[in-house]
Amino acid sequence: MRVNWKTYNSGKFFDEIISSPGYARKPARRLASYLRSLTHEELQQKKTAAELAIKTMGISFTVYSDAGNIDREWPMDIIPRLITGSEWNQTSKGLQQRLEALNCFIHDIYNDQKILKDKIVPEDLIMDSGNFRKQCLGMKPKYNVWAHICGTDLIKGDDGQFYVLEDNLRVPSGVSYMVENRRVTKRTFPELFADDYSIRPVADYPAELLDMLSSLSPRQVKHPEVVVLTPGVFNSAYFEHSYLAQRMGAELVEGGDLVVEDDKVFMRTIDGLSQVDVIYRRIDDMFIDPAVFNKDSVLGVRGLFNAWKKGNVALANAPGAGVADDKIIYTYVPEIIKYYLDEDPILSNVPSYLCVDRKQRQHVLENLDKLVVKPANESGGCGMLIGPQASKKELAEFRRRIKADPRNYMAQPLISLSTVPILGDRVVEPRHVDLRPFVLQGDKSYVTPGGLTRVAMVKGSYVVNSSQGGGSKDTWVVDDA
Amino acid sequence: MLLSRVAERVYWQARYLERAENVARLLHVFSALQLDLPKGTKLGWQTLVQITGHEEQFVEKYKQENERNVVRFLLAERNGISLVDMLAFARENARTTREIMPTEAFELINGLYYFARDNAEAGISRAERNEILDQIVSRSQQIGGLMAGTMSRDEAYSFVRLGRSLERADMTTRIVDVDSQKLMPELEVEDAEPEAREPYENILWMNVLRSSSAYQMYRQHVRERINGEDVVRFLLQNEQLPRSAAHNLTTMTKVLRNLPNSNKVNWQVNKTRKLVRDADVNRLLRRGLVRHLDSVQKEIAQVHFKIADTWFLPGNS
Repeated sequence: MRVNWKTYNSGKFFDEIISSPGYARKPARRLASYLRSLTHEELQQKKTAAELAIKTMGISFTVYSDAGNIDREWPMDIIPRLITGSEWNQTSKGLQQRLEALNCFIHDIYNDQKILKDKIVPEDLIMDSGNFRKQCLGMKPKYNVWAHICGTDLIKGDDGQFYVLEDNLRVPSGVSYMVENRRVTKRTFPELFADDYSIRPVADYPAELLDMLSSLSPRQVKHPEVVVLTPGVFNSAYFEHSYLAQRMGAELVEGGDLVVEDDKVFMRTIDGLSQVDVIYRRIDDMFIDPAVFNKDSVLGVRGLFNAWKKGNVALANAPGAGVADDKIIYTYVPEIIKYYLDEDPILSNVPSYLCVDRKQRQHVLENLDKLVVKPANESGGCGMLIGPQASKKELAEFRRRIKADPRNYMAQPLISLSTVPILGDRVVEPRHVDLRPFVLQGDKSYVTPGGLTRVAMVKGSYVVNSSQGGGSKDTWVVDDA
Repeated sequence: MLLSRVAERVYWQARYLERAENVARLLHVFSALQLDLPKGTKLGWQTLVQITGHEEQFVEKYKQENERNVVRFLLAERNGISLVDMLAFARENARTTREIMPTEAFELINGLYYFARDNAEAGISRAERNEILDQIVSRSQQIGGLMAGTMSRDEAYSFVRLGRSLERADMTTRIVDVDSQKLMPELEVEDAEPEAREPYENILWMNVLRSSSAYQMYRQHVRERINGEDVVRFLLQNEQLPRSAAHNLTTMTKVLRNLPNSNKVNWQVNKTRKLVRDADVNRLLRRGLVRHLDSVQKEIAQVHFKIADTWFLPGNS
């Protein structure tokens, strides 16, 4: 049975490929008719070939479970997602604007605190934040940039517009899968490239990343020593750490490979100690230095924080940058953009209610069954309440939690995530997606064309996290036809 | 500059890969040798377990040292010793050094591991064993070829060569160590006449050569009728043969020139090399070969410890 777009129905949701049953949106027409031109067997063969490619290319991620850590093949649906060039250019500007403003904010928080004195953001919100690091006060990193690599989660609403769901300023992951998904799609649908679509390439991300990281080097040398610091092979994103190190030609180091002497950082090589200039750390703040943060950390390096504060080594992202990716601070980002850049935000936030505010909290508690409630500092979709899908018991539990610790919660209306088709075993079916583009800021800034599309593989589900059974898609930014 | 931890993993990746290939070769040759023996004669499969040095683990688990058990033990069982596990370790080391190895090398190692894992059980029975072992050997060769053809002659490649050469030298001394009397005990009992044993002795030595892909080279270079003395000399002392002990020790001395602080390792390699090259094979065959090979293996183990002391992270090995 061939793909039949007439029976494909996303219901009330905005579908990015099919506008109404049988009709593809303009940029997607060639993709839709190409998929229709293949027999069911051909499509399934391509699906199997893509799965095999992922297995032999060793594209994997690690899942933690009671039975130990399992290295799993990366889940990818072969039908690509399309975004037009003009739409992306605008989105891309919005992302750069946002990161620039967030970096001004972080720098201000750790230095002059003007935004607190001007009472744009309440001071106690910062001081109570689990991501505020008082040890960073007074630090002035190069270019005044703290968050060098940002993964911003976007969703498309019923109106087909992008909204920002959250900013990830600590150790966002997924970019390697964005690059590898493209490599797999090229193997799967070579016919579609160039002939039908002109697709913006994503493969140069590691080169952009290396340029940005090198620009942070405190030493003025032609080739600064850039390393990627990983918690090790058991981390869920180890594949990515190793992938980025390989593609940048940087060393992949673990805490035990580094040593600090005279406030300088060195790595242990077969020829003795060798100085390190820039560390792209994929370890959380709390674990980077047992002398300053978590004393039990075996992942970090004793003395690293001081070496950074003395300006002898660059850390990307800087410790303390997470103060701006708190889900409560998120609600202030439109004001933050206006305050520092004197511009209107190009990208909108999803409307949000702060539980710490009495009136807003009242609204949240009264409408809990219609809202999504998120804790300030969790990631990977943990600790969330999806009101319309929750049981009475769960609602009561969250009512209790919000009252006990209002600072830690915010709520948003359940936004309808857009859908795109996935290839099931028998037919193509709509599934909900989000998008994580990656934004770099150092001496200049850069946005990936597209990003990592995550897709909820279960019908009707909004859960896109790969740790919870979500899949992914190659994302094409195509020239407007 | 190469990280100590990475050097260690690259080295072990090469060793495990080489060891897996050697096990495949040994199983292959034994399976062929069996077919040449007179009807009703059983091959001493336990010799294979002895060569790999894991008699204790084997005895713990199996009562009978028959073909099926030995092949299962060395090929398919997940016991930390089998060929499949060697490849799993090689893959794990390759996976954790992907940042410095060619992408294609990891993909080949990864593919080889999956192939072995999915087919090893089928290789326990004779019907498919040859085909599977052939594949494993030739894919291992392909990995070596890919690395040789794509990797810069830098420190990482030096550690690949060190690991591979050390493992080869070690395995060759173990293969030469096979004792024909243990291998074919029944022939000994049934036929007291030495002449009756002789054709099988020749077949044995021929297969020993084959396990090291050295049969053809022996024919071309030694030109003697196959006999124990020449085969042992060829496999231990010939400098040109790529799987001989001497050749691999010499290779190590060359590789060591590219590495910093290599004095202590170099001294130990040369000591081992001298022990191998200066041995009087004719005399040893009459008496003391086993003891001699034991001491060579001990010296090779010392080479490893010197390598670990010099370059790897302290407390890791």
